Amino acid sequence: MKSELVVNGKAVVIEGHPMDRLLDILREELDLTGTKEGCGEGECGACTVLLNGEPVLSCLVPRVQCESATIDTVEGLATGESRSFLERFVDSGGVQCGACTPGIIVTAWALLCDNPHPSRQEVQEALAGNLCRCTGYEGIHRAFEHGEGSE
Amino acid sequence: MRAFAPKSLEETLLRLAEHPDLRPLAGCTDLMVSEPEDRRGLPGVLDLQSVPELRGIEWRGGSLEIGAVTPFSEIRDSPEVQQSFPVLAEAASKIGGWQIQNRASLGGNMANASPAGDSLPALLVLEAQVVLLGPEGRRTVPYGEFHRGYRETALGPGEIIGWVQLPKPPEGATQLFRKVGTREAQAISKVVVALLASVSDGQISEYRLAAGSVAETPVRLTEVEEAMVGQSARAAVADQAGHLAAQAVRPIDDVRSTAEYRRFVLAQVVRRMTLQLVA
Ligand SMILES: Cc1cc2nc3c(=O)[nH]c(=O)nc-3n(C[C@H](O)[C@H](O)[C@H](O)COP(=O)(O)OP(=O)(O)OC[C@H]3O[C@@H](n4cnc5c(N)ncnc54)[C@H](O)[C@@H]3O)c2cc1C
Ligand code: FES
Ligand code: FES
Repeated sequence: MKSELVVNGKAVVIEGHPMDRLLDILREELDLTGTKEGCGEGECGACTVLLNGEPVLSCLVPRVQCESATIDTVEGLATGESRSFLERFVDSGGVQCGACTPGIIVTAWALLCDNPHPSRQEVQEALAGNLCRCTGYEGIHRAFEHGEGSE
Repeated sequence: MRAFAPKSLEETLLRLAEHPDLRPLAGCTDLMVSEPEDRRGLPGVLDLQSVPELRGIEWRGGSLEIGAVTPFSEIRDSPEVQQSFPVLAEAASKIGGWQIQNRASLGGNMANASPAGDSLPALLVLEAQVVLLGPEGRRTVPYGEFHRGYRETALGPGEIIGWVQLPKPPEGATQLFRKVGTREAQAISKVVVALLASVSDGQISEYRLAAGSVAETPVRLTEVEEAMVGQSARAAVADQAGHLAAQAVRPIDDVRSTAEYRRFVLAQVVRRMTLQLVA
C-alpha cells in the first residue's frame, strides 16, 4: 500500500506491506537511523517517536496506521527550539552508551512541550516506559533541572 | 493482504460483512508484539482508529459510553471517568507507560482477553455493558458474560466491540483499584483487584469484588461478595474477606509469579481494601 505522511516537517510518500513497522519504515526506507530498536516489543522505549504530537513506540505502529500522519523523530529535534534541551541533556551526563538516548530525548521533549517545568516525579512518570541501563537516570533528571526559569 | 482504514462506522460494518476474517486493529500494542510472519500472514486488517463513532467518552441515557478505540490516556484524563468511575481512571493510569497509554485501547484490552488485563476487573465491578457490532447487527452483552474461557470471548466472526456503557454507580460508593506487578510501570500484573462497595448505617450494603491474573479469565469473587453484604462494618470482616478471596480463586504458576504468591497477595490486597472501606 501507498501512504503519504509528514516526517520531520517534510511530506513523503512510502509504499510497502500494511503491517510493516513504522520503526523499519523510518530506518530502512527513509534513512532516518536515529530512531533505535531495542527490544522490538514495546518494553524499552528506545524506538519512541511522536505520532501526531504524542509519544508512541514505533516498533508497535503498522504502516496502515501511518496514512496522513505527522511523525517527528530525534533527527527533527536536533534543530530548532529543542536544540538547547539536547545540549543540556548531553552536558548533564544524560548519555552514556546512547542506546536509549533517542527515545528518551523524544519522550522528554514531548513532556516539556506539555509541561515546561515538570517536577522530578512528573519526569519519572513520563519516562517510565524508557529503560536506561547505564545512567541510573540521574544525568537525565539533571537535564530537566537547568531549564529556563527553574534556576 | 487486504488493508482497510474506514472513516465511518457504516463503512466499517460494510467491510466486515464482506470480509468477516479481517483482523480489527486498534492501538496495536498487543497485535504488533508478534513475529513478522504472523502479522504479515493475516488474511486482512481493518484499522478502527479513524472511525469517529468508535472513539470518545460521553454520557448517554444515564450511562457513560466509552468508544472501544479510546486510548487509556484519554480515559485516564477524562473528568467524567475520574469523577464517577475512579476505579477505571486508576486502572487506565497503571497500564504500561506513557507511550503505551497513548495507543492502547479499552476495546483492545477486552478483546485481547488476557486474564491480566488491568481494566477488566474495573469493568466487572462497574457492571459494564458491551455493545457488539457485526454483520447480524448490534447486540448488548453484560460484560460479566463477555469472557467465556481462557482468551475466549463472546465476539462472533466479523464482530467488533463498539462501545462500553458504564451505568452510574451507587451514590457514595467507594471504588478501589490495586495492581501488583514487578514494578510500578510497564509491568504485566501478577494480581490486579478492583472493589466497588458501600457502607450504610454501619453495615456493608454493597460489595462488588473482581480480580485478574488469578483464574483463566478476570473474575467476580461472588463468594466473598455474598459473605460481605449485610455484615457490620468492623475491622474483623476484612480478615474474613481476604481469607475467602484466597479460597475463591484458581491461580496458576507462570513466568510472572506462582499460584501460592498470587493467593497470598490477593488475600492481602482484599483485606486492606476492605479495611479501608470499613474504616
Ligand atoms: C510494553 C507493554 C506494556 C503493557 N502493559 C500493560 C499493562 O500494564 N496492563 C494491561 O492490561 N495491558 C498491558 N499491555 C497490553 C496492551 O497494551 C493492552 O492489552 C491494550 O489494551 C491492547 O489494546 P490495543 O488497542 O493496543 O489492542 P490491539 O493490539 O490493537 O488489539 C488487540 C486484540 O484485540 C482485537 N481488537 C482490538 N480492538 C477491537 C475491537 N474494538 N473489537 C474487536 N476486537 C478488537 C485485535 O484484533 C487484537 O486481536 C502492555 C503491552 C505492552 C507492549
Ligand atoms: S524497540 Fe520499541 S519499545 Fe523497545
Ligand atoms: S545510556 Fe546506555 S541505556 Fe541509557
